[in-house]
Amino acid sequence: MGQTLSEQILSRAAGKAVQPGELVIVEPDVVMGHDSLTPSIIQIMKDELGKERVHNPDQIVLTNDHVSPPSTVGVANNQNISRRFAREQGIRMFEVGRGICHQVLVEEQVARPGYIVLGSDSHSTTYGAVGAFGSGMGSTDIALIWATGRTWLRVPETIKVQVSGSFGPGVTPKDLALKLERDMTIAGATYAAVEYHGLEWLPLNGRQTLSSMAVELGAKVGIVPPSGEVAERFPVPDWLYVDPDAHYARMVEVDLDGLVPQVALPHAVDNVVDISDIAGTPVNVIFLGTCTNGRYEDMRAAADVLDGKQVTSDVRLIVTPASSREMHRAATDGTLATLLEAGAVLTTPGCGMCMGRHLGTLGDDDVCLSTGNRNFKGRMGAPTSSIYLASPSVAAATAITGRITDPRDL
Amino acid sequence: MARVWKFGSDVDTDQMVPGRYAPYMRPGEDVGTAAFIEARPDFNQSAQPGDLIVAEDNFGCGSSREYAPLALKRRQVGAIIARSFARIFYRNAINLGIPIFTAPEAVDAFQEGDEVTLDLEKGEVSTSKGIVALPPLPGFAREIIDAGGIAPYVREHGKFPGEG
Ligand code: SF4
Repeated sequence: MGQTLSEQILSRAAGKAVQPGELVIVEPDVVMGHDSLTPSIIQIMKDELGKERVHNPDQIVLTNDHVSPPSTVGVANNQNISRRFAREQGIRMFEVGRGICHQVLVEEQVARPGYIVLGSDSHSTTYGAVGAFGSGMGSTDIALIWATGRTWLRVPETIKVQVSGSFGPGVTPKDLALKLERDMTIAGATYAAVEYHGLEWLPLNGRQTLSSMAVELGAKVGIVPPSGEVAERFPVPDWLYVDPDAHYARMVEVDLDGLVPQVALPHAVDNVVDISDIAGTPVNVIFLGTCTNGRYEDMRAAADVLDGKQVTSDVRLIVTPASSREMHRAATDGTLATLLEAGAVLTTPGCGMCMGRHLGTLGDDDVCLSTGNRNFKGRMGAPTSSIYLASPSVAAATAITGRITDPRDL
Repeated sequence: MARVWKFGSDVDTDQMVPGRYAPYMRPGEDVGTAAFIEARPDFNQSAQPGDLIVAEDNFGCGSSREYAPLALKRRQVGAIIARSFARIFYRNAINLGIPIFTAPEAVDAFQEGDEVTLDLEKGEVSTSKGIVALPPLPGFAREIIDAGGIAPYVREHGKFPGEG
């Protein structure tokens, strides 16, 4: 019988043909830990599992991105714990300012087509953008992999998302991701793998936006077949291919023709409307960043809207590039200059204010429009603050007016 | 007697423990003190060991932060019962040894504030209106929970449940 991409990857890792629902024990190719959880993972490995050394240091990658650079003595001490551990165990670490784990592992080609990439972070689904089986786990699961090299996985059913048509002006992969939230809901793909078809033409950055938000559908994995730009830039193993006989649990169709900019309203990711239904709503903070939309192309799209214009005095626009490379690219061609001339604030690459811990934490009653992936109550700061989610183009248009604005109306 | 704390659908891990209250941000503090600190201050202030959490669909959606179920474990929650769970939360809770039941039929039998008695051996809860049966846990989950979590299980057996 034919297999979906996730089934192919897990079959290869398990050394046998697997079926959805089956539990398999595998050795993941890459296991990522970030600053926010690495100290707890070390503690579980040493104290609860009684292991002093990791099973395979080459399997592990660490980043310092969630509170980076550190904001308090406690956080700084925690990062030093991770640093010492990386040195003593011979583990590769990407340092403060290098960028968000999910962006850096793709840039460095640590995540590759056909790999199993697990991380101590739910947005590890992002590795699906390069055709990897990417999924998030908790600290204990990650500690177990460090200690044993292995983990167990349930082979997920696969939901096929068939995309047709093309984006109109001002409409972006973020709008597709939000449209899928709207159609499938926050629990619409729980326990399942989502496989996106009809996107051979979509560049890597758009695939990252889509795959990162697969977890917002409840999915275990959000995988785009490694075609187009990804196949040009990454080695694709010959056993990994779209099998016409693959069995999908369900198919969801979405047509990009006629799609308009989408906005998720507070406080649920699947509370999504067309921009016309919410245009004019005042906001006072705008955040351009995150593993979903903090790349060069996102800054470029915002700069195109803001070119020669000014951020209104009623709002602050905070730009946090996803990585140092993306920031460098935006610095080289004038994208950053355009954003700064318009009145944007630029921070160190990393997660920034996405989790409400630093670099722009929201205060009481602040209303933020974010290009990120979650708008849960209090996620970015005060429990009385609220978050709208939208694309970089909408964020930029909104920065000019101080009210949620359709970039096509400017 | 234990008390029932009822929750709605899509309770996310940012509500259980906001990122600002993570152990990473507050080294040396007990994460249990942050359980539902902003979303349900009544729970945060007065939940007692053994109390039950009963929720609608998709409980625990969002982040992979294990410190969210860990905070509930530190508060010694007796069991978490929901119509359905988000994937990572369910796995984390089992790994931590928290009794967790996907029980769509049982949820309506509980009201906020009910006084109940949980019998994990029998897999049932006594309420003022009668006995509510909980569906049995999947085999591997029961083995892990009986061992007190996946870490003690692997430490004791030297392998994962079901591994040859
Ligand atoms: S940018 Fe936000 S969603 Fe992405 S890894 Fe960082 S905290 Fe998580």
